[in-house]
This record gives sequence, structure tokens and C-alpha cells, in this order.
Amino acid sequence: MPTVASTGATDAVVRDDRRLSPLTGALRQYDYWLTVYQRTWKGSIITSFVSPLFYVLAMGVLLGGFVHVSPSRLEGAPSYLAFIVPGLIAAQAMQTAVFETTYPVMGALKWHKSFYAQLATPLESRDLANAFLLFTLFRVATTCGVYFVVMAPFGVFATWWGPVAAWGVTMLTGMAFGAWTFAFSAHVRSEASFGLIFRLGLIPLFLFSGAFFPITNLGPVLEWVARLTPLWHGVNLTRMLCLDTVDRSTAAVNALVLVVVLVSGWYLALRTLARRVAQ
Amino acid sequence: MPHQPSAEPMIAARDLRKSFTGRDGTVVEAVKGIDIEVRRGEAFGFLGPNGAGKSSTMRMIAAVSPVSGGELRILGMDPAEHGPAIRSRLGVCPQEDTLDNELNVFDNLYIYGRYFGIAKREVRERADELLEFVQLTEKRTAKVEDLSGGMKRRLTIARSLINRPDILLLDEPTTGLDPQARHVLWDRLFRLKQQGVTLVITTHYMDEAEQLCDRLVVMDRGVIAAEGSPLDLIREYSTREVAELRFPVGDHDATAEKIADLGERVEVLPDRLLVYGDDGERVLDQIHERGLRPVATLVRRSTLEDVFLRLTGRTLVD
Repeated sequence: MPTVASTGATDAVVRDDRRLSPLTGALRQYDYWLTVYQRTWKGSIITSFVSPLFYVLAMGVLLGGFVHVSPSRLEGAPSYLAFIVPGLIAAQAMQTAVFETTYPVMGALKWHKSFYAQLATPLESRDLANAFLLFTLFRVATTCGVYFVVMAPFGVFATWWGPVAAWGVTMLTGMAFGAWTFAFSAHVRSEASFGLIFRLGLIPLFLFSGAFFPITNLGPVLEWVARLTPLWHGVNLTRMLCLDTVDRSTAAVNALVLVVVLVSGWYLALRTLARRVAQ
Repeated sequence: MPHQPSAEPMIAARDLRKSFTGRDGTVVEAVKGIDIEVRRGEAFGFLGPNGAGKSSTMRMIAAVSPVSGGELRILGMDPAEHGPAIRSRLGVCPQEDTLDNELNVFDNLYIYGRYFGIAKREVRERADELLEFVQLTEKRTAKVEDLSGGMKRRLTIARSLINRPDILLLDEPTTGLDPQARHVLWDRLFRLKQQGVTLVITTHYMDEAEQLCDRLVVMDRGVIAAEGSPLDLIREYSTREVAELRFPVGDHDATAEKIADLGERVEVLPDRLLVYGDDGERVLDQIHERGLRPVATLVRRSTLEDVFLRLTGRTLVD
């Protein structure tokens, strides 16, 4: 019969007598997330890669064919396609991150309870949230990365370095939303609450945060409302970088807002999950 | 490295308390000050009905639920400070199934072992050994959702052993399993005990507690009602034998008065009378001599169920 348990101090077994560092705590879940990705990537291809390109085709190319205005009315974009692509990618970053941090978080707490299984190991709730958000970052980065690469041949980017920097901005944008949504999902008890996020959050933001048209078209009041949304900051910064129309002070404000939203959301995510699992 | 001398108990609790604050602000005290001491290599049980505070106690011992009051030391360490260190040396088999249904049987063990930082090769070896131990080698590549309830529970136990724990915590390990699956599981747990693993078990099955536990505490409403070995508890709180009598519905209270002198104690349950005495057959004879005609009778040895009934006035499983 194999020896399956420790019989005393002489055993050469793995022992952690200290807290894991945040990095170690997250890295120990690498194999788990790898298997999660291996079993979900095929299903995610449609939502992550194919449907965004449908948007580009329908809105950017086909609808955009009717839009003939001077670049000055498109925030400096030479064509409607060049205007809409950065906005769509930034919005895709938000959507990817929100999807990854709604049902999967609820599942880990309520349905398959994987968080609770993981918490019976040296991992802490902090490590679970970090790894979860890292995986979300990976999903945002790959989805947006592919988007940028596919769009490059269409001549919508003014420089080569602009989209590279913009890729980083889309990650920042996605994670700002992902962190807050994680906190929300770790707090609510029922998946019915997600309807709120999708209908009152995601869709209005997607439509009115400057992805499809310049927010100056909204009129002075609504324009200022749009300027208060984190997505607009993401869209605007991504677009300025892609079109090489960067205004330094605006860019600094955009980046600062996104960082503040991300850091506060991350803090809240860690705190909310810790409270939830201690109950 | 915080290490305990071997004489120190594996688990020690003094006036341990747990309370929860509900969403409406009401405070519920689940554990109201218990003292326990679990020694190396013993099988220690928490016996009690649902809601007795067993699971809350287990979650504190598992170093996942913060202690609300009192003192708790696991392997000589304070869970508030050394949670990860304690958990790296515990095995936890929760009441609710937390296996990953999307992964196959082997991967459930492999992934879990990686959380403990065990090297890949080592985890693979251990996973195969453990599958052998819980008799699931043939199911190595099966999906978890295709396993029976008993197999899932065995896989959970295998998973909880992947880090070669010093203490194995089992919360209601056989609830919901059929009798055959229970016996397979008991056999495996018994082998673990023989290997020197300290087992901590919660159960509301008295036969499980009698089979597995060297020592146990009877918990009721957040407090410990009694403590000892199953045999000692039965000796102290019950008689050697019990005569169970079933009379036509509605006759039990009246009949109980007529036979109160036949045993040390008579308990009236909704469906039967229990007469506690050292000679159950003699009790039956006397009942017949008095002209009483029970519909059905049974003489048996006292069990922990009787201890529980005596201590709390209630049955374990209602």
C-alpha cells in the first residue's frame, strides 16, 4: 500500500511556513488557468475575434462607406474606418474583461465553488483574485492584440508605434473595468444582478462613449457625461495613439483616470473577495 | 519555522467562538465557547445534528474562517497569523463537492497539488499513488461528472491527501452515500488512521462516529454536551441495552407511565418507546407479564444515538 500521508517530521514534503508572495501565489495557479484556457479558447474565438471583425466590416467598412466628412469632424481620422477601429478595440477590451469577471467569478463562488477548494491550500483570497485578474488581462491582451494585427493592413494606423502603445492602453482600459466588475461579482449573490451591468452599463457605454461618433455630437451636457466615463478615456487615448494626434495633457488625464479606476477597482476586488469567502 | 514539540496537541481550542452577522444585522452564535484537544494520530469526531456548530468549527480549524473569540492553535500555530502555513499541512475534505467538473479525474489531483507548490513530476507520482489508494485508477481519465457520488467523495479524499497532510479534516464524509459506498470509504479512512494520519471528522451518523472515532465530542447548539470515547460515552450516559417498543399510534405517552419502573429511563419518541436497562429481554418479559402487547419490539445495545438523546432530549437525524 502506498504511503499517502505524512507520518512525522522526517518527511521530505513541501512545507510553506510563511505567506506566499503575491507572485508565487498567482503563479501556482498557472496550470489551472492553462487548463481553463485550453478548454475554453475554441468557444471564445467567436466572441473574441470573429464578432469584433463583423463590427469592423459592418460599421467601419459598409456603414462607413456612407460617411464622407472632413478629418476635422472625425477627431483627425482620415476615414470613418480609421476613426471607428480604435474605439471598437477599446470597447472590445471592456467587454472582454467584463465577461471574464461576471459569470466566471460567480461560478467560482457559487456553482462549482473552485475558490473554496483553492482556499483549502496555502493560497489566499488575494492570490485567487490576482490570478483571476491576470487571466482576464491575458484574455484582453490576446483579443485586442489580434484585433490590432488584423487591422494593420487596412491602413488605419498612422504610425507603427502608435498601435503598440495603444495596445497597452486597451489592456489598461479592460482591466479598469475587469477589476470593478470582479468586485461587483464577488459581492452580489445572484447572477440576475449581471443584467444590470450589461443593460445599464456595458451597452450604453459601448454606444455613447465615443467609439462610434465623436462625443461632441452629443451636445454640451451629454458630452460632459461621456467624458466622465472611464471608457471614453480609454477610447480617446487609444484613438489619439492610433491616429498620431496625441495631445499630451489630454493623454495624461486619460491615463491617470484609467490608472485610478484600475487601482481602486483592484483594491476593492481583493477586499470584497476576502470578505465574501470569510463568511 | 514555527514547530511544535511532539507532545503539543495537533489542535487545541480554548473557549473557541464563532458568530455571524446576518445582512439584517442580527448576530448568530454558531459556536459558543468550546474546548477541544486533538492529539497526534487519533481520530477525533464532532457528533451532532445539523446546525450544532460542527461545520463552523471545522472551517475555523481549516484556517479559512476567522475565529470570533477564544483561542485556537493548529499544529502549534495561530490561524490568524499562519493561515497559509497551517493549510499547507492540512487536508480538507469539504461537505460540499468542490471538484472541478470540467477536468478529468487525474487533472483534479494534479492541478490541486500544484497549488501547494509541489513539483510537477512529484505531483504526477503522488496523484497516481492516490488514485490507487482510493481505487480510482481505472477512472484516471474519466470526467468528474461521470463519477458516482461515492467515487467523487473518494476523489475528494485523494485530493485532500495530495500534500501528505498531518491532519485530515472530513466534514460529513459519507452524507448522501449509499451503504456500500460508505463502507468502502470507511475502510480507506481506517487505513489512513493506521498510517498515523490525524483524522478530524464531523458527522451526524452515530454509526460513523462509532466506527471511526477514538474520541469525540457531542455538540449541540454550539456547545459541547459531552466528550469521550464512544464506549465511555455510552457507558456514562446510557445503559448496556435498550428495548424498543412500538405500540399503536397515540398510546405511547400512556404506556410510558405504566412501564416507567421497568428501566433506568424511558424515552418517548414519536414512533416508539425506548426503555433503558441492562437486560432488554427481561424488560420485554415484564411488559408481557403486565398484559401489554406492543406491535413490534427490538432489543439492542446502546449507541451514541442514545447518548445524544439523553444529553439533548432530541434525536440526531430528524
